[in-house]
Amino acid sequence: MNENIIKIDSVRFYWSKKSNFKIFIQNLEIKKGEKVLLLGESGSGKTTLLSLLCGFLNPLSGTISINGNEINKLSSKSKDEYRADNIGIIFQQFNLLPYAGVIDNILLPLYFSKVRSNSIINPQETAVQLCRQLRLPYDVINYKADSLSVGQQQRVAVARALIGNPSLIIADEPTSSIDSAAQQIFLDLMFEQIYKNESTLLMVSHDKSLSSRFDRLIDINEIITREN
Amino acid sequence: MLLKLSINSLYARLLTVGMTVLAISFSLMLYMSVEKLRTSAYTSFTDTISQTDLIVGARASSVQLMLYSVFRIGNATNNITWESYQDILNKDEIDWAVPISLGDSHKGFRVMGTTEEFFTRYKYRGGQSINIKKGYLFDDLYDVVLGAGVAEKLQYDVNTPLIVSHGLQSFSDHDDQPFKVSGILEKTGTPVDNTVIVSLAAIEAIHVDWSTGAKIPGQETPIEEIRKMDLSPKNITAALLGVKSKLTIFNLQRWINNYPEEAMTAILPGAALQELWRVVGVVENLLLGISVVVIFTTLIGMTAIMFSSLSERRREMAIWRAMGASPLTIVGLLMLEAIFISLLSIILSLVLLFISLNVLQPWIDYNYGILVNIEMLSIRDVYVFALFIFASMLISLLPALRAYWFSINDGMTIKI
Repeated sequence: MNENIIKIDSVRFYWSKKSNFKIFIQNLEIKKGEKVLLLGESGSGKTTLLSLLCGFLNPLSGTISINGNEINKLSSKSKDEYRADNIGIIFQQFNLLPYAGVIDNILLPLYFSKVRSNSIINPQETAVQLCRQLRLPYDVINYKADSLSVGQQQRVAVARALIGNPSLIIADEPTSSIDSAAQQIFLDLMFEQIYKNESTLLMVSHDKSLSSRFDRLIDINEIITREN
Repeated sequence: MLLKLSINSLYARLLTVGMTVLAISFSLMLYMSVEKLRTSAYTSFTDTISQTDLIVGARASSVQLMLYSVFRIGNATNNITWESYQDILNKDEIDWAVPISLGDSHKGFRVMGTTEEFFTRYKYRGGQSINIKKGYLFDDLYDVVLGAGVAEKLQYDVNTPLIVSHGLQSFSDHDDQPFKVSGILEKTGTPVDNTVIVSLAAIEAIHVDWSTGAKIPGQETPIEEIRKMDLSPKNITAALLGVKSKLTIFNLQRWINNYPEEAMTAILPGAALQELWRVVGVVENLLLGISVVVIFTTLIGMTAIMFSSLSERRREMAIWRAMGASPLTIVGLLMLEAIFISLLSIILSLVLLFISLNVLQPWIDYNYGILVNIEMLSIRDVYVFALFIFASMLISLLPALRAYWFSINDGMTIKI
């Protein structure tokens, strides 16, 4: 379990030549199976870092490796495929396609990833099972995504990120839109599943109090240098 | 799955999508009705007279001869003599002939003198015959048969007495010889509807006391005496001819046109009608042009709606991207949507068109004499639809490319 799942080396990025938002990341390594909390205020470059990791953005220089593959060298098509195969993403809010059913939302990544869909024998059943494990209402399969509460929607997002067992789960402040009581339940359920799947978790938050649940805490200001 | 979600997404925006579909289908329907009306008007027009091989009249242009002999618009330049007509009849090629005598009127409707054969020989809409709706054809010298339009507008029935006026706009009436309605014809949608039909002999009879367009002063022959007179015509205005063999039409036409004793013109009704349509048919192109512009406008409307929905669907795009969808998939999704909207619009417009045609067909036929064909789609319609779908795909590229740009730049950030 000592293998790095994420390895960032001397990455420099800026949006455009005129922009004064320039960041430099000297080094970031996350091992397989680690649960890491990335702390930082808004505007600190968290989302940019996640976008780089997911292959939405390309660094100007340096290398980003996921599972030993340098994703910054991949074509944009392969990057999309790579993301679909290896990364489960949970957004802050509005994770689901509001017009689609809960199960369709959960099954969505399988449509884009052969690897993940081949790993499941009965996707429909797996999705329902995940709903059970995440304590979603029993008849949730009949619901449209927008009829769920925000907390329930976030749990569906977890199920979607986990289906097909991708090696890395990236969560961008998944609890920020739910109240604190529901937060604890949500985190309990999410961790339970992530441990069961032995996935690696990189979660971004500005809430230090969550740190006890994680293996490691990284302050974003320690890894990102802002350049002008 | 992609298709299913695309449909779900459209369904979730039922109101805006529904309004777009409605707008597009109405414009498509407008286009198709114009197109239908255009082709139907053309067929109805060119079918005003059929199975008549030649029309003969005094020397005139073919359009003019057509206008006065069939449409009863304008005047004949001259008459042809009964002798010339007999000469034509004696030709071997002739199968049948129906003489027509025009010049008088009744309350603005043309009076046409002819023989009873007119009712069996005059055909329209590809061989349909004139039927009598009420009463009977001429029995007495002073019997008239009315076209359906005349009877309806003047509220005449069988046995209604009527007086024929001399000429078309004159104030002198043939009031010494009153007529009586003997029969009313069924609606045909041709100029026959607006014609008052009498026998050739009747035309002669009312002109017994007339000479060169004016009544001879003091002369008034009693009806009883007129009835005993020889009323065979001296002149006729035109004649409809049928030949035994179609191969002889052109020979006969040439013979008539070169007839040495009198200047006559023989025309082929079909060709003359086509020539006439070229004059009347300019409006149809204008209508067609307008409906094409309407379709184009609605397409732009659809694009505008897609553009405005893009900003609210930006987060949806981000979700797709996070799941591994490529920017091209996003473009495909939007184009799929446009295709779906246009397909739905086409189906709806066909339903609307079918319903409205069925409802309006009898009304259009009754009021305008145009029989609108309700038939399956023509190849041309299918082409137009294919072109429309292609155009909507093309125009949806604009919002799709914008979505492409969004999805490349948004990344993990979800802009709302």
